[in-house]
Amino acid sequence: MVENKSKHRIEVFYKEEDPRGYAVAEKFKKIGFNVNKVQLTDNYLINIDFTPEEIQEAGALLIQPVTQSFTVDSPYIPEFKFDYCIEVGFLPGVTDNVAHTVRESLEDKFKKTFDKEKSVFYTISYFFAGIANYDEAQQIARELYNPLIQRIKILSHDEYLKNAGMGYDIPVVHLSSKNTIKKVDLNVPEEELQQIGREGIKDDDGTPRGPLALDMLSMQVIRSYFLEKERRNPTDIELESIAQTWSEHCKHTIFAAALDDDVPEGIFKAYIREATIRICREKGDKNICESVFTDNSGGITFDENWIISDKVETHNSPSALDPFGGAITGIVGVNRDSIGFGLGAKPIANRYGFCFAYPEDDKPLYRDRDPQSRLLSPRRIMEGVIQGVNAGGNTSGIPTPQGFIYFDERYKGKPLVFVGTVGLLPKVSAGRSSVNKKAMPGDLIVVAGGRVGKDGIHGATFSSEALSSGSPATAVQIGDPITQKKLSDAVVKEARDAGLYNSITDNGAGGISCSVAEMAKECGGFEVDLEKVPLKYPGLSPWEIWISESQERMTFSVPEDKVESFISLLNKRGVEATIIGKFTNSGRGIVRYNGEVIYDLDMNFLHDGLPKKQLKTEKFDCAIEKVNFHEPSDQKEIFLKMISSHNLCSFEFISTQYDHEVQGNSVTKPLQGRGKVNSNVTVIRPLLDSWKGVVLSQGLYPSYSDVDTYRMAACSIDTAIRNCISAGGSLDHLAILDNFCWCDSNNAHRLWQLKNAAKACYDYAVAYGTPFISGKDSMFNDFKGYDENFNKVEISIPPTLLISSIGVVNDIRKAQTIDFKFAGDLIYLIGITSDETGCSQYNALMGNLIKGKAFTGENVPEVDALLFKKIYYATEKAISDELISSSISLEKGGLAIALAKSAIAGIVGCEIRLKDVQTKNVLRNDIILYSESQGRLLVSVNPSLKDKFEGYFKDLPISLIGTVRDDSEFIIYGQKDELLIHSNVDELNLNYRKTLNIY
Amino acid sequence: MAIPLTLLLTGYGINCEEETAFAFQKSGSRTKIIHINDLIEDRKLLNEAQILVFPGGFSYGDDTGSGKALANRIKNNLFDEIINFVARDTLILGICNGFQVITNLGLVPALCGFTGMAEVALEHNKTFRYQCRWVDLEINSKSQCIFTKGINRIHIPVAHGEGNFFATPKVLQQLEELNLVTMRYIKPSGEPANQEFPFNPNGSVNDIASICDKTGRIMGMMPHPERGMFFTQRDDWTYLKEKYKREGKELPEYSDGIAIFKNAVEYFL
Repeated sequence: MVENKSKHRIEVFYKEEDPRGYAVAEKFKKIGFNVNKVQLTDNYLINIDFTPEEIQEAGALLIQPVTQSFTVDSPYIPEFKFDYCIEVGFLPGVTDNVAHTVRESLEDKFKKTFDKEKSVFYTISYFFAGIANYDEAQQIARELYNPLIQRIKILSHDEYLKNAGMGYDIPVVHLSSKNTIKKVDLNVPEEELQQIGREGIKDDDGTPRGPLALDMLSMQVIRSYFLEKERRNPTDIELESIAQTWSEHCKHTIFAAALDDDVPEGIFKAYIREATIRICREKGDKNICESVFTDNSGGITFDENWIISDKVETHNSPSALDPFGGAITGIVGVNRDSIGFGLGAKPIANRYGFCFAYPEDDKPLYRDRDPQSRLLSPRRIMEGVIQGVNAGGNTSGIPTPQGFIYFDERYKGKPLVFVGTVGLLPKVSAGRSSVNKKAMPGDLIVVAGGRVGKDGIHGATFSSEALSSGSPATAVQIGDPITQKKLSDAVVKEARDAGLYNSITDNGAGGISCSVAEMAKECGGFEVDLEKVPLKYPGLSPWEIWISESQERMTFSVPEDKVESFISLLNKRGVEATIIGKFTNSGRGIVRYNGEVIYDLDMNFLHDGLPKKQLKTEKFDCAIEKVNFHEPSDQKEIFLKMISSHNLCSFEFISTQYDHEVQGNSVTKPLQGRGKVNSNVTVIRPLLDSWKGVVLSQGLYPSYSDVDTYRMAACSIDTAIRNCISAGGSLDHLAILDNFCWCDSNNAHRLWQLKNAAKACYDYAVAYGTPFISGKDSMFNDFKGYDENFNKVEISIPPTLLISSIGVVNDIRKAQTIDFKFAGDLIYLIGITSDETGCSQYNALMGNLIKGKAFTGENVPEVDALLFKKIYYATEKAISDELISSSISLEKGGLAIALAKSAIAGIVGCEIRLKDVQTKNVLRNDIILYSESQGRLLVSVNPSLKDKFEGYFKDLPISLIGTVRDDSEFIIYGQKDELLIHSNVDELNLNYRKTLNIY
Repeated sequence: MAIPLTLLLTGYGINCEEETAFAFQKSGSRTKIIHINDLIEDRKLLNEAQILVFPGGFSYGDDTGSGKALANRIKNNLFDEIINFVARDTLILGICNGFQVITNLGLVPALCGFTGMAEVALEHNKTFRYQCRWVDLEINSKSQCIFTKGINRIHIPVAHGEGNFFATPKVLQQLEELNLVTMRYIKPSGEPANQEFPFNPNGSVNDIASICDKTGRIMGMMPHPERGMFFTQRDDWTYLKEKYKREGKELPEYSDGIAIFKNAVEYFL
């Protein structure tokens, strides 16, 4: 009989007012509940045999004595009359960080050790006044918990008193031990073989374990490998392993596939990698690439002694299911791509990018024809994701200065969550090159960090499948940033420079199955004794241990004579480290479980056996819509609507909740000027004793994909580069990263769009000389389910490409910000404005006003890299010679939005004449204001520097379009000198902030 | 006197030790960053140091309340050594999470001596959200605190989720009477913030951002002086640079925050 009740329960409560209760009550009032008071208790279920004195001492450890008190084994009764109590705790096996901390404190206090997973559990109780009935309590509870990871209990006031509180139930994991190995018979009819690949290996009771996501071609290759080469059937662990290693997530099968007749080597090699190879060759000894495409991140030169690395990941599917858990696991996971870069780069900055549906949209979607299968609302997803990156980034002590948020209704089925980490690595560590790591035959395999549970099993294969009702809930995990921080500090601040290991890699998708096999490529083989892997709880099958994606773990290759020092250092830093096997040069990967060989594979087959796909594309003629509407009569009204629209307005509420000052490296901020306006570019200073800096930005235009993915990609690259230039970056020391988030990628039309976007990546990376250094793709962002009336719906995201940029700033003292600074300064528009409002924010707004749906239009901006390059060099020089007093790169919303941002940021007005704007043809006023023509920057210049400044732009298109005013009036005159817009900074500011900052 | 040695704790999620050590070096101190477990193993190290720093961070992930778990770890293993350290005419500085830790250790304000019991609290921000933003602070000119000597006003950032200073009316009265409040949030105009967001970013009673003990040798502060020690760390430096340039002035290298560290080091020189 298993014991599921805790021995003790401590409830911590506030003696006076609970500040959290106030915040919770406000939140529910805002979303329409008549809650009038809320109080919380933190509950600790202490499943340890303590004496009455000991449990009192334990309670004293858990309170702030000035404001809090506690009860032991007796329920807290609030002083006000509450209607319902809702308790939220975790489901069995979900990471419970608070409980782990409390256990450590108890161990330290009593100098004893307690069971890691069964001795402490944490829950939180909410006492609500103002809930009418059980039904309403349930609605409120839905806002407080996520059924995939948490459990709730709801008791009415009377029940609470009658039952003497919320009770002693604890979520202990119970697994019937099934450490057996299963042989999988591949000598079966084709149909059955296909079923194994699609639905997974069947357990003894016939239920499939979850998708392997192996297509028929792969299954046939696997069958012939086992039956012909190995002359036996595979074990379950072998098949699961191959599925992980060959997954879309790990092998990028679509990017590797041969495409049509003209791209036999596949998109990645032909367009992305080839661009970098060519750029490195053409740059010669000015090449900035240090390590590209082969490691966990990409790295470029920072200075003679240091390398900076960058990596951007997506965490879309997990974030759709559990926004908080998905996002925190995403950010903490991509931190490991820095820690696992070379011999270990110290994370120095995080990036983020969120694509959501509109948070006001409350029409439900369902996974199934079942009211219980309702998707989380766009607002819940947005709030959870933002909070997840907050918790992950802030807790880890890594600044999060740069990011964006973008809205489109087509992200309702699947949000996109981009997370990135920049790292800093010395070129030489402990006398060796820190980017050429190599596991050596004979080295021991050491796994360090968290323990292994059932978390994230089938995570890597899951991302290859569209989100539907078969999605496994075990794909959801919760990150533990403190466990990882301890590991990270021990590695990048101590073990690395002591030379205690030869190689290191991250455990991400596929867990140790992928990390060990990946490292074994460096030496040629491995042997693992699986029973040595430390587990969170017993009862895991060997295949589960091998592919589990439990977080905060890294794998090391440690020479035998250093292993003692390495493990003892980690233990001293509070990090668990275990030898699980050794690296060999046998050409085989071997896994034993209690001595029995359960996995014995040819390394070449594992890594290179995946059959190459041949894909065909088919030209996609999108329905081009000619847009025809009149120039608005009230330009000011439209202008105010533009700056308050979701994709152009302030997201200060995100910037201020992400610590962007930690490490002291912040130079130009996410919010700039005294008016605090979101900037699209950030400069940091990684080494406090050097004037060199790192500039970070990005470009993304999903709406352009509706008409032309080639131009969409070109504009993303151009924007990512131009933004860096605007802040003080240098075109010759700039690199880019690609994140393709596509949809329905088995569809030839979508592949055609993909091929065009990739072609643009090659063309423009080469044209600008900015190499791709890293990338990641996510190819199936589609939702298949039911709408509010339970009619079938399919929602695919717009093909989305995020281009991130990273560069080196020679002298951070010359970095520039977007705010207008002094009255009388001259305002210049650099670049040419054309009629390019196709798929623009302006067309979207006007379409919505006129016909209730965004206009597209055909004229998506074109990128003239030859001209723009000259413009960027000139701008770069003008900034570095300190001729410019503010600068902003024009993005979505065009000139009008750039003017508004510079004015709000500087808290100062301006006067602009549109007739002075250089255009390609004479354009309408509204087109000049909102065209998204690329290659443009808006700068202000001290009048005494006018001639000198203009001298830098001889033969280049610049227009002097106005001046900064000495008051806060914001005035724009039209092409006939007519007054077009007359507003003031206060009015702009109010509109700029009103849409999103309520969240 | 010899150049002082500053000991900065790290481990378990502390994360501001490197830049804080840099601030002390720039101010003329020797520095040593030490993992709390190494200090527990080799307590004598405290005897060699003159300044002990609890840097900012997220010790134990703020689980069970910020600073509590690390304070427990110190109370269980190092408390006597720290009391002996204080007795040697030394300095202790707690910044942000470090302030939360020394508050839970009862090192500030220590109205009743070093009992190991918290006398004040740093609660969740009124906004119930992490706040990273720049603030203006006025130094209490009547305070005897070593760290704030000769400073009137400073402009540095805060970054915390639990910085809402709370004390019972009785304790608050004592703090004010004894001038143990060292810094208060103010508006850029110099007027009191009067608990108005965002000038007072967390809702602290009496706008309190920092307090010290009765000797003035132990100070805890929520804002981060090490993130505002250089001119180019400021949120308004590109504006000031343009202004100074037009006025023909030199660009400064340092900014307000450095003064706190210089005061600490000069105490021993």
